[in-house]
Amino acid sequence: MSKDKKLATEPAAGAALAAQPVKEKRESIWKDVFAGIVSNKASLISGIFILLLVIIALVTKFVPGVLPYDPYAQNLSESLMGPSAAHWFGTDIQGRDIFSRVLVGTQITLTVGLAAVAISLTIGVLLGSIAGYRGGKTDTVIMRVMDMMLAIPSILLAIAIMAALGPGIEKAVVAIGLVSIPEYARIVRSEILAIKENDYVAAARVVGDSNAAIIFRHVLPNVLPSIIVRATLGISTAILDAAALGFLGLGVQPPAAEWGDMLGRGRNELFRAPWLMIFPGMAITLTVLAFNLLGDGIRDGLDPKARKR
Amino acid sequence: MLLSVKNLSTEFPVKKGIVKAVEDVSFDVDAGEILAIVGESGSGKSVTSLSVMGLLAEPGHVAGGSMEFEGKDLVHLSEREYRELRGNDMAMIFQEPMTSLNPVYRVGKQIVEAIRTHENVSKKEARERAIDMLRKVGIPSPEKRIDDYPHQMSGGMRQRVMIAMALSCNPKLLIADEPTTALDVTIQAQILDLLRRLRDDTGMAVLLITHDLGVVSETADRVVVMYCGQVVEEAEVRTLFDHPMHPYTLGLLKSIPRLEDDDSKRLYMIKGMVPNPLEMPPGCHFSDRCDSCMDICREKIPDLVDLNGHKVRCFLYENAEGEAKSVSAIAEAEAEAIADAEAARDVEASEALLAAEELREAEIEDIEEASR
Amino acid sequence: MLKYILKRILMVIPVLLGVTIIIFLITRVLAPDPAPVVLGEHATPEAMATWRADNGLDSPIWMQYINFIVGAVQGDLGMSYYTHQPVTAEIAARFPATAELAICAIIVASLLGVTLGVLAAVKKNKLADNVSMLIALVGVSMPIFWSGILLILLFAGILHVLPSSGRVTPLLQPTGGTGFFILDTIMRADWTALGDVLIHLILPTLALSLYSMAIITRMTRSSMLETLNADYIRTARAKGLKKGTVNIKHALRNAMLPVSTVIGLQFGSLLGGALLTETVFAWPGIGKFAVDCVLKSDFPVVQGIVLLVAVIFVIMNLVVDIVYAYLDPRIKYGAKEEG
Repeated sequence: MSKDKKLATEPAAGAALAAQPVKEKRESIWKDVFAGIVSNKASLISGIFILLLVIIALVTKFVPGVLPYDPYAQNLSESLMGPSAAHWFGTDIQGRDIFSRVLVGTQITLTVGLAAVAISLTIGVLLGSIAGYRGGKTDTVIMRVMDMMLAIPSILLAIAIMAALGPGIEKAVVAIGLVSIPEYARIVRSEILAIKENDYVAAARVVGDSNAAIIFRHVLPNVLPSIIVRATLGISTAILDAAALGFLGLGVQPPAAEWGDMLGRGRNELFRAPWLMIFPGMAITLTVLAFNLLGDGIRDGLDPKARKR
Repeated sequence: MLLSVKNLSTEFPVKKGIVKAVEDVSFDVDAGEILAIVGESGSGKSVTSLSVMGLLAEPGHVAGGSMEFEGKDLVHLSEREYRELRGNDMAMIFQEPMTSLNPVYRVGKQIVEAIRTHENVSKKEARERAIDMLRKVGIPSPEKRIDDYPHQMSGGMRQRVMIAMALSCNPKLLIADEPTTALDVTIQAQILDLLRRLRDDTGMAVLLITHDLGVVSETADRVVVMYCGQVVEEAEVRTLFDHPMHPYTLGLLKSIPRLEDDDSKRLYMIKGMVPNPLEMPPGCHFSDRCDSCMDICREKIPDLVDLNGHKVRCFLYENAEGEAKSVSAIAEAEAEAIADAEAARDVEASEALLAAEELREAEIEDIEEASR
Repeated sequence: MLKYILKRILMVIPVLLGVTIIIFLITRVLAPDPAPVVLGEHATPEAMATWRADNGLDSPIWMQYINFIVGAVQGDLGMSYYTHQPVTAEIAARFPATAELAICAIIVASLLGVTLGVLAAVKKNKLADNVSMLIALVGVSMPIFWSGILLILLFAGILHVLPSSGRVTPLLQPTGGTGFFILDTIMRADWTALGDVLIHLILPTLALSLYSMAIITRMTRSSMLETLNADYIRTARAKGLKKGTVNIKHALRNAMLPVSTVIGLQFGSLLGGALLTETVFAWPGIGKFAVDCVLKSDFPVVQGIVLLVAVIFVIMNLVVDIVYAYLDPRIKYGAKEEG
């Protein structure tokens, strides 16, 4: 017997599948991202929560009058008051309203999260593309350096960089951004290695596109889904790292309100005034949780296969 | 009667509705018999076999009908009792020998595990028996190969191991789900040979699930043809190949290229595609693709009628009430079906070219898939 | 296999050299002059110059690096700017505390993570799955120092059942042994002290393991779901095996392949987390020490700790690969496969 004795109708299905165009995927990617977020209740709520945080950050920045108290003004007569109708989250040792400070804290947290990811994304994608596309020695050198960075726990590396640069929120952004470069470089490189050999890339090379044009027009759009997902999850890592730096006293300068910094300063009064620790910690956890859930939702939208897992 | 399946229905609830993977399927398997169930993917043949084994994946379940194995009701068997049957009186081998063995255990250990699950024997005895079994299924120097890991064996060897494992507890029924599909042509023949020989030696019955009519003609005693979850025809193997009655069976046989075929004629293809299981045509499931389709076929599902042991589900051979037509009417209908199929073969040339192109692309796709 | 291991060890050397270059660049090029920090703002320029000369900071940077490497090869990582003790001695005194904590944490994280992951996969979309996934989600979202603080607040502040800081009650501290207090107390059959040590370990271990546990849970679940759909699982069920046997012996055994890699890599990230956990629990290990030394510019110690952590990290990677080869018979490093 032979293979062509199979049922005559079977191969037809294969032909239909083979015709799936690659380009279509690229145009609908943001639609898929949106669909992924909306399709899942948890990621939808997370998206709304994050939107709310953005609004809070913008409003408290430009219309500080909406805050119940000045988040920076000391009032020692109201030091360490527990949560009450007047101060929903209580007051800190300088008598500042914690609720106001938590709200204002969204500014720094979101800025650090986004800016740090922007740094690691840009440099990581660039290095990963070059390594993956050029291959050979370039690849070896870049990826070895990435390996070296990965061999140092990122938080230790960030602390060392912060110690060298001195405290300050911009420096924290740089430190956090630098330490996550390897992750993006690795993802982009491996995706590019897989895509590089595809027919349409070969075709682009045949018609004489330059390397840069090939990377930007043909390769990167196909890497985009994994980058979007990684970047969303990366924001949550960046926020956690920033909070850790703040907790260790390496983040913002006083009197700026940053959640990690608030936790670090409240630690000595833990048993006397637990609200110093509870509310900023909750703010960090919820924000990180929201970005994690959002990332999961986006992944579902971009890769329907992952949804079943 | 070893296995008797009556009016079996198996359903898979999905988001958009209920997929009736198996609808009102009946067949019997006698001791020592090789019964083939043939059909394309989606015909429900594999689901039927998994229903018998009680191995349906969630959320699939038997929704109606009865299955009896040696008089024992399988539908209401407890999980524990089912476990005692499985691998013992009723064994199964699968399509993918490459992935059906656990990659992290030596093949001997996997056979020994099967033996010791059902029989209270020492590890040493079980191992001896495993070596015997491997010898029986034609594995050279079994006392060495028993300590191989699956990845150290070829696909054909692994399928032999699967067979050895399945037969290690002397089952009365072996269900073989596409046992040769993933194998090379020469290996296919060897494995089928082996199955037949083992049947002759042990007297076990074999339920052979396949989409390959070549396999059926060479191996089976009796054939059940399934289409979209239903049995459309059942007959002795010779009868089926010499006198196919259902237009679907006819189409399947016509689509096999033969040496004596006139080169000027195109290879026959059944038109259209298998319908979406959630959007079955009303009436006969095959009506949309049938060359002999009549008005009644689009309104009513025909019954499976028994014409002297040759069962068929088609209004060419039965009236609207499901009663068999007269002998002469049936002979007429048979001739009509063949003529319809011949007429369908002479489709426009452009259409033919298109179809050929599709086939070629699919083949290239297959090759690419395989080489990946 | 041995040849493969040797080859891998050789490949580790350039990575470690790179790590030292990175940390050297950060602490000696990027960072401001440590002299005023160590000696105080009001030290005279002469005193600072003398101090720099004493600590080898007056030579060109490449010279400093070569000196460092030459010393490191001989096991000399320099002196602390403050205590004037050898860095190796300072680290050796504190490393067992961190190692003990990290090992306990990775064990707890693996046991809980694998259990929850298997439970979630086997009971997919049921209550157990949802609860496991919720725990995992919260685990990756909570800052490690905050979960530590909450544990302290609950168990030490409110319930008063567990100590909030330290490794052991000072009077019971075993001296002179390995520095691994569990081992030391067992070797001396000092059960009271052992109990005390274990009680002190509970909260830091929990806090430190939470994140890794969450990662391992998620990985185990998705890996299990994949293997549960494998053909060989159907084969195992067709053999008539019990569900539990199928899940553990056939599914989990295969699912553990990728999970074992994750567990190994998590050990590296635990050492980073230890930095924060040790700070929260006043745990006298190298994590807290590293933070302290970074803050007061005690760079020789920082270099030493980073180097040590990097060595552990690359060794863990190697161990993971070897364990993987052991778990998966399909992988034979160096040896040619027969067709």
